[in-house]
This record gives sequence, structure tokens and C-alpha cells, in this order.
Amino acid sequence: MSAAREAWRLPATALAARVRAGELSVAEAVESGWEGPAAQWEAEVHAVAHADAAARAAGAAAAQRAPRPGPLQGVPVLVKDNLCTTDFPTTCASRVLAGYRPPYDATVIRRLRDAGAVVTGKGNMDEFAMGSSTEYSCYGPTRNPFDLERVPGGSSGGPAAAVAYGLCPLGLGSDTGGSVRQPAAFCGVFGLKPTYGRLSRYGLVAFGSSLDQVGIFARHAGDAAAAYAALAGPDPHDATTRLSPAPDVWRWEHGVRGLRFGWPANLWREGVEREVIEGLEEAAASLERAGAQRVPFDFLPGGYAVATYYLVATAEASSNLARFDGVRYGFRHADSPDVRALYTRTRSAGFGPEVQRRILLGTYALSAGYYDAYYLTAQRARTRIRREYQAAFMRCDLMMMPASPTLPFRLGEKTEDPLAMYLSDIFTIGANLAGIPGLTVPVGLAAGNGRPPLPRAVQLLGPDDSEPVLLAAGRALEVRGDEARLGREHETEFAWPTKQ
Amino acid sequence: MSISRDDVRKIAELARLEIAEDRIERMARELSAVLDYAASLGQLDLQGCEPTAFAPAEAPLREDGLDERRLTPEMALAAAPEAEQGFFLVPPIVENLNP
Amino acid sequence: MAYEAVIGLECHIQLNTRSKMFCGCPAEFGAAPNSNVCPVCLGLPGALPVTNRAAVDAAVRLGLALGCQIRSESVFARKHYFYPDMPKNYQITQYDRPLCEGGALPVRIGEETRAFELIRVHAEEDTGKSFHPERYGDRQVSRVDFNRAGVPLLELVTRPVFREPPECAAFLVALRRLVRWLGISDGDMEKGQLRCDANVSIRPVGDEAFGTKTELKNLNSIKGVEKGLTAEIARQHKVVGSGGTIEQATLLYDADHDKLAIMRSKEYAHDYRYFPEPDLPLLRVDAAWLATARERLPELPWARAERFVSRYGLPAYDAGILCDQRELADYYETMAARVDGKLASNWVMTEVLRVLKERDGSLADWSARVPAERLAGLLSRVASRELPGPLAKQVFGWMVDEPGDVDELLGRHEVKVRSSNEDLAPLVQAAIDENPGPVAQYLGGKTATLGFLVGQVMKKSGGQAVPQTVKELLEAELAKRSPAR
Repeated sequence: MSAAREAWRLPATALAARVRAGELSVAEAVESGWEGPAAQWEAEVHAVAHADAAARAAGAAAAQRAPRPGPLQGVPVLVKDNLCTTDFPTTCASRVLAGYRPPYDATVIRRLRDAGAVVTGKGNMDEFAMGSSTEYSCYGPTRNPFDLERVPGGSSGGPAAAVAYGLCPLGLGSDTGGSVRQPAAFCGVFGLKPTYGRLSRYGLVAFGSSLDQVGIFARHAGDAAAAYAALAGPDPHDATTRLSPAPDVWRWEHGVRGLRFGWPANLWREGVEREVIEGLEEAAASLERAGAQRVPFDFLPGGYAVATYYLVATAEASSNLARFDGVRYGFRHADSPDVRALYTRTRSAGFGPEVQRRILLGTYALSAGYYDAYYLTAQRARTRIRREYQAAFMRCDLMMMPASPTLPFRLGEKTEDPLAMYLSDIFTIGANLAGIPGLTVPVGLAAGNGRPPLPRAVQLLGPDDSEPVLLAAGRALEVRGDEARLGREHETEFAWPTKQ
Repeated sequence: MSISRDDVRKIAELARLEIAEDRIERMARELSAVLDYAASLGQLDLQGCEPTAFAPAEAPLREDGLDERRLTPEMALAAAPEAEQGFFLVPPIVENLNP
Repeated sequence: MAYEAVIGLECHIQLNTRSKMFCGCPAEFGAAPNSNVCPVCLGLPGALPVTNRAAVDAAVRLGLALGCQIRSESVFARKHYFYPDMPKNYQITQYDRPLCEGGALPVRIGEETRAFELIRVHAEEDTGKSFHPERYGDRQVSRVDFNRAGVPLLELVTRPVFREPPECAAFLVALRRLVRWLGISDGDMEKGQLRCDANVSIRPVGDEAFGTKTELKNLNSIKGVEKGLTAEIARQHKVVGSGGTIEQATLLYDADHDKLAIMRSKEYAHDYRYFPEPDLPLLRVDAAWLATARERLPELPWARAERFVSRYGLPAYDAGILCDQRELADYYETMAARVDGKLASNWVMTEVLRVLKERDGSLADWSARVPAERLAGLLSRVASRELPGPLAKQVFGWMVDEPGDVDELLGRHEVKVRSSNEDLAPLVQAAIDENPGPVAQYLGGKTATLGFLVGQVMKKSGGQAVPQTVKELLEAELAKRSPAR
């Protein structure tokens, strides 16, 4: 049945509509991605950390049985391996959680299921979301479907790559310093990091608690909007969720006419690849064609945000990762004569080098005598950075900048130089520090010399709760400025990777 | 270098990590590189900037009731590396001081 | 050189809320191991805390009772150390911006009341329980139970205001009374609902500066606090007396053997790496919350005792006993509203407390059985001299086990009270007639013989007359025969 065979190509909203109309079963909608694109791509890309045909069949059956079909009825979603799921292992791609199955679903997983969606597997990631390339995984790296020699970005590289090659129309990741927006850019898909406190963190294994936010991957702006609408809103189990109802992304009727977008060109005067800047220019022109207005100004260089981030995030991580000790769950070092040895040996053997590096850094930043110089200074700098964004949004409705200073880099290119890896987040980290939403928007492929075409992307940042505006602008870019309304996704075709 | 080899040993002990002797030098260098980079914050004018430690959220408190998240002992112990008769088992606790 | 001890206490009060501090698990004591746990209090990956309003309210109430400053915005912090009964390997507590600061607890010591000053009171979560290593197959293991993990605690820290161990014991007794009075904790030290650590140092009398302090842990009873502190002070005196210096240390007190175990310094060298808990917003206690808490605050035990002294004319000691428990003070005051306050106090202090002690019963059971109104009914008959004391005590004895008011009890036990003037007049007349000698002596001015005559009438009444009434009747009758008149 070709309708079922081609279902994986559909946008999530269109797929859900067909399932609701009875044209497709939930199982067909879910399996289409596995039978077609995954069979072709997965062995090389390795986007999936945990696949389980029986578990997804059970998930599909549960969705099929639901008395009232939801807005994402039958839509398969690959979720990052740091979101707790009762039907798949949740290991954060770390040996320390080997085989761990949580007894509860994360709130966002619950809401996905309530909306009719089906968890189709767990996406590969950098261990505990620490990394920008999905190379630091205990399951081995994920590769970029556009060029298998290159990284998909990270830390949510698995779901990003899977959405790009067609396993599923939606993916969930987490974004602590750009871990959704940067891999979205590298894989040529939309990547939404919502306002801090809009998506529940309950059941998201914590990395940097004050920075973490669950994020959404999609091939179309409208699909990202649909996922946001299903997931966003207060959660009584997460005291950092905002109490007010989430903004209604569907009620954005205005398109981008009259929208002012900030253009902080000082940020890409150096250190940014030419193709990335060309993508920016094209996107800006496209928005202008749709009636938006460019507002140039200088903005605080991203280096300060990187410096701030690597103190705040590591301090919180050193604390959040203290619980992995071999007592209650996960890996335990077999040779532990006493409980002290249990801790040290379990943690030393269970955590990979990058995680250990960040735990040490964070422990140092919080330790007696250094707290004021490092952690406290960073928290004050964070206030300053927030104010910079607030000031900028007095002058514009959103800002445009790169999501990454480079196109996807090669595997192994940065693993030996932690600081260089950290600097690849230079454009994304600020939003996490400020708590504001950001959206990566793909803007076509950059043809190259002796390499396959690689995705280009821009990042849009807006003030708190500006998701409707960001998605509308994303939609405008998706259709090259022709029609800036959501809800017409069927008319656009995604720029698929081609098999090399 | 901001971090000495002794610092690395000390914080590793605090974090319950064991860094092999032949990795300590390199770790000290890598951590120092990040901290030296972080020193750039010294150039930022932080006059009047109170530390941000919290998401600017309203503060919902929980009413004092029981909820449905409670686990049975079997579920609580399901992922335990070792458990018996309702208890988690760990190697002997020799530090007899719980601070 | 004379030395004095300087002691500060750190007390932990387990709250009696229904649910835990940061999750909806039961906070009850005594469930099967690991049955009162959820992802939050087990420290599972991804779980997040949400603060229990009732626990914060308990802290606010205690803070108000102690006269603390209550911060409108306070901060939860993480305190890090690795221990198997700590699910997250950090404890959510408060650090540099606690909910309550300052304040004092008034404690009656002998004839005076002293206010012991506090540094702070804040809310935090309890740890689970780990057990001593035991044999398991061919090796040693420790067992861990997380039922207690996350149960709400208040931590209360005093200034170094104590000089003698008995002061510390008295402080704890007063603190236990207060938390029970406020209804926030059962305060049972045996069950770990009230725990105490102490910081102890000694210094030459007259010195301002403090000596090096040691930390004393495991003081698990009021007696243990006194004995443990006495032992540690004696140890410090001995060290200093033999020319040594006190080293900073943590000691465990073993009450069973009255022994101190000193931990080596490396074992307690901690760097807790406190930082503000990012999973919880600022804790806001606004003016409306404070006002409600203040309104709902009961009259405090020390204030109530003072009022009992001034209003009912009780001795301070008696007032203090009556205010040991809020239910007892309520019981007393219900009676004092109906009969003379001193009479009520005498009966509560002697009869009621005696029976409670004999029967090891609770005041609640007692109040159900002998409500204050019922006992007051008996006492009003005593006050009106309808019932003689011994008979009243007999009736009281029946009251404890039988239903019915005074008259029903008297009827059931076939006791006829002959206490009215009409009942007694013939008996008085007979006694006068039968004892001309003593009557003459009385009329001759030897008034002490009246007692003999009273005794004669009492005998004739079979103990059912009230001596004071008999005395008055005799005096009146004899006055008629007085030659002086």
C-alpha cells in the first residue's frame, strides 16, 4: 500500500490528519519510517540509541485504542535518551546508566502520548548532553546524513539526524547551551528551544537545571508549532514551569509584515564561515521580502556567554550528576570493598572523559574559596547578559544570528580540544543564560567543493514567550517569504539528504 | 595555569572520581584553559548586576497531600544493582559519620 | 584557672505533615522498607522537587512563636556530601538566606525564666536510613531504606548561649513542649522526631573569646544530651588540665556505654559546596501568609502560664505544669471557667495527673472519659460544701470508670449525702447534749475543744458531712448558749 509506504514523507500534522481520517493505521504511520528511510540510513547514521519493535508496536496499539484521537495522532517521535520513558531504556548514552528503565514517563512524554503520538525509540546523544557533536556517546557517534564524514551536531544529534533522514517527522531533544538548535542547523531541520519554564523538565535527566529546556525537532515550522502546542504549559511536578498558559502559536495571524528583526552583524565579523553568512543574508532578504524590517545594531560578543555558561552549567552538572553512585540504579562497579570505593570506582568507570572533565570543573567552581570568583561571578555575568537581550528586544521583535559559526565539522575534528568544542556553541548559549526562546531555521544547502551539499541555517531569538513570532518567521523562511502563515505545510517540500 | 595537579586531586576526591596519575597533568591543563577563558568575565562591567540563580518563575507550592507517583517496593528496587527483602544493599559503610 | 563551658545546640525537628517536604509520599513512620518512596525522594534521574506548603507554614509558625524575623524571600540551597542514605548525594536545605533568623526560646530554669537566643530556623529534607554493616553470604553489606528520605525537618540553631548541660536539657524540654503545643511535630526523641547535635568548647571564666569547639552528635534523648555534654566537657577539662589543646573534632556519644568516640579529622573534612537550588524558585512568604499564621498561632505556653498566675492566682510552678501540654492547659481552663481556679488546679495537679500517670493514659483519652465539664461539676459540689472531700475523691474514682453525673454516681453507689443544715442540725444538737464537759470548756473560752465536737458530729454523719459546715453550725449553736451574749 503506497500511501502507507510514503507516510514517512508527510509532515506530522498531515500524517496525524490521515490517521484520524482512518486512511492510515497508527502502526502504519509509525512503521513507515522504519521500513523506508531507516532501512536505508540507520546503519550508517546511527541516530537511534534504543530501538525496540515490540515496544513501539505496544505504543502504537495504545494510541490506536485511545478513545479520542489527538492532534499528533499516530505521529512517531524519536526522543533523546535523556527523557524518561517507561517503555524504552533511558541511559543518557552513559555507561553509568547502562540498561536503566525508569518507572515513570517524563511529563513531556506523557503529553506526547496524550496527544496521540508514539515514542518510536530513543535518540543518540552526547553523554549526559555534554557535547556538541554526538561523538561522546557510549553507543558510538551519530553521523550527519548529509555527509557521513561529518557530525550531526550535538548533544541531541540522534533525533536531529533521524528527523532529517525521515525516520519520523518529529523529535525531542534537550537544549542546555544549544543542544537542539546547533544539531538542527547541522542536519537542516527546524529546532525550537522554548522559553525556560514552558516545557516541563520533570523526567528530563538534569544537566544544568537553570538552563535545560526540552526542545523540538521538525522538518516544518508548522510541525514544530503543533508539538509545542501539545507539550507546553505548567506542570505541578516542575516548580520552574511558568504558571500562566503557554502562548497560542496558532493564533499568530500577522505573518511577519512589520516585524522588526535585529541584525547584530558585529557578531559575525570574524570567526564565522562564509557559507553561514551567506545563509544569513539570504534569510534576511527573504524576511524583508515578506514585509519585515531589518534593524542593524551591535550586540555583546558571545565569548562572554561561553565563559559564563561553562561555569554555571558545569557547577549545576557536578551537583546533578552526584546521584549516579551505583546505589539505587544503573551501573555498579563490581569490585567495591566499601561504599567509598563503590562511589569512586562506579563513577570513574561509569562516566566518560568529557563528563568527568565537566564534573571536575563544576566541583572546582563551587568549592570553598573559589565560589565567589567563579560561580558567583558567572551568575552576575548572567544577569548582565539577560539585560543585554532585554535591551535588544526593546529595539526589535526578534534577532537573527547564526546557530553555529560553522557548517557541520568532521568527526574527530574537535574531540581533542575541549575549548574549541565549547566555542561551537558561541551563538546558542546566550538564549539559555537569558531563558529566552530560540528557533533554528534551515535555509537550504550550501554546495561545496569535493563534499556533499551541507545544510545552512539561521537562528532566531526572541523575548520570553515569543514562540508564536519565532515560528511565524520560521514559516516565512520555509516558504521563502511567500506566505508567512502556519498551517500550509503540505505545500512545501523538505530538502532531503541524498544517499551518497 | 589556574589549576594545579593538587587541585585536580582534591576536587576529584570531592567529586568521587579517580583520575589516573598519568591523566592528571592533562586534566589540569584542560581545566585551566577553560578557567583562563572564563577569566574574560573580568572585563565585563558587572556593576549593579545581582547574581541570577533562579528562573524568574512564580512560586507554586504543593498542598500537603499524597499523590499517585508513589512506587511499590518492587518498583523502587527494580533497577537496584543489589537488593534484598525490601532494602537496597551496598558495600559496608565504613564512614560511620553521616554529616 | 577556672574554666566554663560554652555550648550551642543544633536541633532537628521532624514535622508531622501528611506528605514529604518535596513530594507527595506519606511522611509516616514505621512503614515497610522502601514503600513510601517515589521518583523524587528516591533521587531518580529527572525527578524534581516541589515544596510542601504545610512544611513551610510549620516553619513560619515556629518562627513566629520564637520571635524570629521571617524573610519574605528565602532561598533553598543544595548541600553536597556523598552518603548512601542521601538519594541525590545532596540535601535540599537553606544556607545563606534562611526563612527565620534571630528569636529566642524562653525556658524556665528554677525560679527564673531565661530566653536562649537563636541564630536561625529553616526547613529542609531528612535523609533515608542506612544500617550497620552485617554479614551477607561471604561478605559484609549495609542495608538502605529511603522511607524517611525527604520527610520535612526544621533545623533550629542556637547561639552559643548555654554554660551548663542541664540548661541544654531544659531547653530541649521547652522546645519539645513548644513544637507539640504548635501541633507541628510529635517531638519524640526516641523516634528521632527531635534530634540534637551540640557544639562545645571551654574557656577561662571571664574570657570573651571562644575556645576551639568540638561537635557532639547522636544525642538522642534529653538525658543523653545532658550526659553526653557532661562527658565531653569533662574530657575537654582533662585535656586542658594536662597541658594539652583541644582539637577540632566531631564526636559520637554512645549513650548505652556513656562513651565518646572521636572521629579523625580527615573523616569529617567536608566542603559542602552550597549553591542555590536551581529546581526551586525563591521561597516567598508574603504579608498575607504571615498575618494568617499569626492569627492562627495559639497563646504560647509561657504567656499562658503567666496568665494562669495573674488571673487564677496559681503559683508559677503549678502554672508551668498545667502548661506542659496544650491539652492539659485547655482542660484546666475549661474547669477554671466553672469553678475556683485554685481548686481546679489542685485537683488537676493531684488527682488527674495521678490517675493519668497510674494508667499511663493520654490526655485525649482522659478528656473523652472525664471531660473538664464533668469534673467541674464535681468540684462545684465541693465548693458549695455539698460534698465532703473524701467523698468527692471517692466520686472522682467512680467517674473515671463509670458514666453519669455526680448524683447518678452517688445513687448508683447508694450513698446519701447528709450535708444540708437540716440534715445536720439533729446531729449537732445530739453532740452538744452528749458532751456537756467539752461544751462547758468551749463556752469558758477554750475554743480548741470545738475540733473535738466537730469530730463527734462527723462520726455521727458517717463521714458524709462537710467539716466546715459542721464547724459553722456548731459555732452558731454554741453561740446561742454563750453567757457573754
